[in-house]
Amino acid sequence: MSQSAKLGAIIRPPPTRSGPLGWVRANLFGSWADALLTLLILWGLAELIPPLVRWALINATFTAADSRLCRLADGACWAFIHEKYRLILFGTYPYDQQWRPLLAVVIITVLFALSCNRRIWARWLIPLWLGGGLLVALLMWGGVFGLDYVENRLWGGLPLTLILAVTGLVVAFPAAVLLALGRRSELPVVRVLCAGYIELIRGVPLVSLLFMAAVMLPLALPSGMTIDKLLRAQIAFILFAAAYLAEVVRGGLQAIPKGQHEAADALGLTYWQKMGAVILPQALAVAIPPIVNTFIAFFKDTSLVIIIGLFDLLSTAKSAIADPAWHGFYRESYLFVAILYWAFCFFMSRYSQWLEQSLKRDHRN
Amino acid sequence: MDEPIIRMAGVHKWFGAFHVLKNINLTVRRGERIVICGPSGSGKSTLIRCLNRLEEHQRGRIEIDGTELTGNLRRIDAVRSEVGMVFQHFNLFPHLTVLENCVLAQVRVRKRPRGEADAVARTYLERVRIMDQIDKYPGQLSGGQRQRVAIARSLCMTPKIMLFDEPTSALDPEMVKEVLDVMIGLADDGMTMLCVTHEMGFARSVADRVIFMDEGEIVEENEPDAFFAAPQSERTRLFLGQILRPTAPPL
Repeated sequence: MSQSAKLGAIIRPPPTRSGPLGWVRANLFGSWADALLTLLILWGLAELIPPLVRWALINATFTAADSRLCRLADGACWAFIHEKYRLILFGTYPYDQQWRPLLAVVIITVLFALSCNRRIWARWLIPLWLGGGLLVALLMWGGVFGLDYVENRLWGGLPLTLILAVTGLVVAFPAAVLLALGRRSELPVVRVLCAGYIELIRGVPLVSLLFMAAVMLPLALPSGMTIDKLLRAQIAFILFAAAYLAEVVRGGLQAIPKGQHEAADALGLTYWQKMGAVILPQALAVAIPPIVNTFIAFFKDTSLVIIIGLFDLLSTAKSAIADPAWHGFYRESYLFVAILYWAFCFFMSRYSQWLEQSLKRDHRN
Repeated sequence: MDEPIIRMAGVHKWFGAFHVLKNINLTVRRGERIVICGPSGSGKSTLIRCLNRLEEHQRGRIEIDGTELTGNLRRIDAVRSEVGMVFQHFNLFPHLTVLENCVLAQVRVRKRPRGEADAVARTYLERVRIMDQIDKYPGQLSGGQRQRVAIARSLCMTPKIMLFDEPTSALDPEMVKEVLDVMIGLADDGMTMLCVTHEMGFARSVADRVIFMDEGEIVEENEPDAFFAAPQSERTRLFLGQILRPTAPPL
């Protein structure tokens, strides 16, 4: 205070209406239309929230030996989740071995968390994910170190969803970068091939691609040779994700001014040096929001593998309701997996926002 | 020493159907300082951009220090690492610090160890008087500072030739001098320089030769004193009349 008095010349901005009341007046009842909207929303919330709380908490059944108690009660049957959560989370993986997929999920989550630290990127990101991936494969398949071998036909639930999504995106992303560069290449053959691939895949629904992978691919293979169903789905995913991500990356590449290319060229950098050190770091930073958007979409699209008979998180939720003893608790089941999906997607979304901010803060332009 | 470092013979270039360079013949000696001027669209930028093949010429022959510029990519990269270029819009790499901007090509292209590249970068950043900013990002610098960093970045490659493509045109007036001072210092050290610029004061005091271009041709070239005092062609006279117009009305 005394300092500003000494300087004297400082003119303060006019005071705004402050305090909680001022905030409410400014933001909720600024005009007649605002006031009306606020009241409408308040009324909607009042209609919605009490029944939801009554259903989810007050009238809910949290523990029950079987479904009879639940059926008598008026609210949610969380006892059902309590009974079935291991089936939903891990599918048909052998019951007494389910610590293995649990550990796999923990490993993947920890890898995500560690990747948040930008300081480890340069040296550790790739070895970390390679090592983590190996460990996950080891845990899931087993067959060594005294672990029983578990066919991947038995995998299911959250680990399957995570493995499909993470492997798909980790493999598709570098492929997408190459495709995007190829599409902007000066070599006509490369350009046409990349553009053709992208347009072909983008023109086909994922569902039909999965069908083709499941039904058509075996026909094309010599008799006696089979490719694992999970692998086929995984390949279909990678092909699909690569085409979509390639277009997103291309958008980022287009945002980089021509002068950046020229400056790198003029210094004598080769094409790959220029792309690796100058163009891609900027282009990918620009493209973070749409890249993460695509990641989130694909994470959820893994649920489509149900149509070729793989038991991802959504399919296991469905099969949990199919049990005659617990038939009909679909609300609880779907809500449970929705929360799981949401948690992962929300994490990705927040992480991308943080990454954008931190890159922006660094470059300050 | 008198062997020419740049030789352009019968160089033509078209942008589509537009004939942007017409039969350019130019020889530059080692250590020569050349200013290229001319109205906009006269092909002066295109001419110097052909010298490091940012633009491709379609006919004729360009030789840089004994190496002919052809489609051979490896040869182009080799020539580029010997020819520094400073752009109108600086084109610093915004995601790298000032120091990293200067180190990148040294390490990748010249294969210098990081420590040595660092030391070289510091030497040149000191020279363009930007040492106190080396850990900042380009976005935090003024235009004049950015252009000085861009010059240092080129010098770090210890080039044999420096090309300047309107280096002061995008600067606020009060920042032009700090960049010109660096360029004058460079000229005093004997660097071979080709500058596309409208800074006629710079041309007068530094250039060995002034080249005037119009409509893709070299219309006139001469020593600065003669060039400004007695321009030979009508087009040159017209151009000089326009850019050297007195700033204050005559009394």
